[in-house]
Amino acid sequence: MLFKTITKENFRNMIEGIMENNEVIGPKSRDRDTKGAKIYRFLKLNSFDELEMDYTRSYSSPKNYFLPFKEDLATYDLRDTGWEQEIRYTIHPRIIVGMRACDINALLKLDQVMLKSQYPNPYYSARRRNTVIIGLDHEPLEDCFCRSMNTDTAFHGFDLFMTDIGEKYFVAINSDTGYMILNRFDSCEVGEEDQLLYKEVRGRIESKFKTQVDITIVPELMDLEFESDVWKRWGDKCLSCGSCAMVCPTCYCYGIEEDIDLNFDKATKRRFLYSCNLLDFATVAGGHNFRPEAHIRLKYRYYHQFRGFVEAFNQSLCVGCNRCGKACLAGISPKAVIDDLIGTEKR
Amino acid sequence: MSKPPDFNRQTILMQSERGFKSEIIAAIPLTAKEKLFHIRICDPCERENFTFLPGQFIMIELPGCGEIPISISSSTSNKEFLALCIRNVGKVTGMLHRLKAGAIVGIRGPFGTHFPMEKMTGYNVLLMAGGLGIAPLRAPIYWANNHRSDYKDIIILYGAKEPEQILFGYQFEEWRTIYNLNILTIVQKADKRWPGRKGIITDLFGDIHIEPDNTFAIVCGPPVMFKFVCAHLSTLGLPRQRMFVSLERRMHCGMGKCCRCNVGSTFTCLDGPVFDYWTVMNLKEAI
Ligand SMILES: Cc1cc2nc3c(=O)[nH]c(=O)nc-3n(C[C@H](O)[C@H](O)[C@H](O)COP(=O)(O)OP(=O)(O)OC[C@H]3O[C@@H](n4cnc5c(N)ncnc54)[C@H](O)[C@@H]3O)c2cc1C
Ligand code: SF4
Ligand code: SF4
Ligand code: FES
Repeated sequence: MLFKTITKENFRNMIEGIMENNEVIGPKSRDRDTKGAKIYRFLKLNSFDELEMDYTRSYSSPKNYFLPFKEDLATYDLRDTGWEQEIRYTIHPRIIVGMRACDINALLKLDQVMLKSQYPNPYYSARRRNTVIIGLDHEPLEDCFCRSMNTDTAFHGFDLFMTDIGEKYFVAINSDTGYMILNRFDSCEVGEEDQLLYKEVRGRIESKFKTQVDITIVPELMDLEFESDVWKRWGDKCLSCGSCAMVCPTCYCYGIEEDIDLNFDKATKRRFLYSCNLLDFATVAGGHNFRPEAHIRLKYRYYHQFRGFVEAFNQSLCVGCNRCGKACLAGISPKAVIDDLIGTEKR
Repeated sequence: MSKPPDFNRQTILMQSERGFKSEIIAAIPLTAKEKLFHIRICDPCERENFTFLPGQFIMIELPGCGEIPISISSSTSNKEFLALCIRNVGKVTGMLHRLKAGAIVGIRGPFGTHFPMEKMTGYNVLLMAGGLGIAPLRAPIYWANNHRSDYKDIIILYGAKEPEQILFGYQFEEWRTIYNLNILTIVQKADKRWPGRKGIITDLFGDIHIEPDNTFAIVCGPPVMFKFVCAHLSTLGLPRQRMFVSLERRMHCGMGKCCRCNVGSTFTCLDGPVFDYWTVMNLKEAI
């Protein structure tokens, strides 16, 4: 990998330069919560000043720029003699600034499913390939457990990745596009001092992780403790609202709906993100529900995250951002559930 | 700044997303709830290239209405049309039942795993179906008929609720006489006019002889059925890896993306619907 540095002033020039002709998405505060803390979201930026480089955690993840909440898969022209299908992808170049390592790793996990599988998903692929990602390091929050999930650093999956080393950003370059962008603006070679500073910052970040989740034996526990009352304990609290999946950077379950125009000449096939915690997730015709109870559905969310995905790709699906824990009105967080699961094993 | 050169790389549109435009060439009522549809892919070239294996399914789409998974119930060697046996149970199936010959639908596929017919060469084949479970069994039955000399005894056990609900009964005589298959049927409820047996499918085990070392079994039907049937076959000594079942789950994509068909750690649309019974036993809540 190539590395460079860029001064904060030049970084500003760079983002402003890109903004002239491209859509730039970045963390922006929109609202405040009841305690007065800012709520951040990844939104389109109209000027550099809207970009909040010191943001903590975005409420929902930037995954929605790759897997939109709702997306038209196809439209149909209905005629008396039949119909014509039209499929269009949004191939709309975009730059996302300020993505965290965990969110970049989340994309890499989605890539496994959406790109590197038997049936690559062209809609995702079009968005993924036409999005430039500029990552940004940060100091872990109280409840981040990405280090336990091995997703606290990103080594690929981005174009540029920046670490704040005081006066400058230390930039890892991972694509030709990233290299070209950087080269148009004044960037410098990495000096000895920059390298020392970088190591120091990385060391400081690593020492600041407070939350740990031990997942070593969790894949096995998912089967061993399948009937455990841990699931009932947490599951009975679950409101089956699906918020956890909506904010999660890796949850990708979806549903399909088809609509027809009032004058019966156009139809649309639409995909919308779903959640395996919603009541009718596994209901089939005739009304049989393979997962009738909230605790069974909650268990399966964890089963997919911590067992199913491990079996398929040798890694957990969860990246440890704790967005779901924060969003959950019932107070269910992965750390609490997994600690409880491990606890029953020791008892 | 102008756009970086890496932008706008086109992605290839997969056939699995686009689907084949197909025409319903016949819609034949079988019972009060089931119809058999003959569906022909419109484009001759696409039709010629479409191949599938016994046990696979397709996604059939009615634009503006919805898309559902249906097992292919015709012979793999039938290049003219696909036969789909569809029960009217809801929105899409209800709409399909109202369509007549000439209507255009979309199909995507084929998807999923298949019954390993090649592996069964030289063995007896025991096929067991409950109710609509006969639909996915028609493809392997046709396959066995077309390769009759590859297999030893072929036995079909078929259980239905009532005599009126027996599907494809009109073909049984042909299969018996021409292809030398042994077909036994049983119904749960019947009046005096029914000459055959009454009971549940496992009652038929008394009427046949199974050689556990020499037999492959294929089971399709409601989950309760294959639970009992497979348990019985295991006690006879049939290895679990020689029993195959076809699972049913909600499906929205058929391509391992929507997760709706998830069982345990696998997806029914990719790793199934055909699973061997050993795998099923290891999947949480498969049955
Ligand atoms: C692999 C496989 C093979 C099948 N083969 C056949 C067959 O040969 N003949 C037959 O009659 N039926 C078959 N089914 C069941 C058939 O798919 C459902 O009956 C059908 O989806 C019901 O759709 P609906 O819109 O009429 O029902 P609704 O109750 O209105 O369902 C609404 C939506 O829910 C989903 N859905 C509901 N039930 C099911 C289900 N059982 N499986 C998957 N998705 C569902 C669909 O997206 C459907 O559009 C098969 C199912 C699977 C999974
Ligand atoms: S912590 Fe929760 S939101 Fe974050 S990746 Fe894991 S499951 Fe998803
Ligand atoms: S956010 Fe909490 S309450 Fe809502 S579905 Fe997820 S776990 Fe259940
Ligand atoms: S049908 Fe979508 S994952 Fe299987």
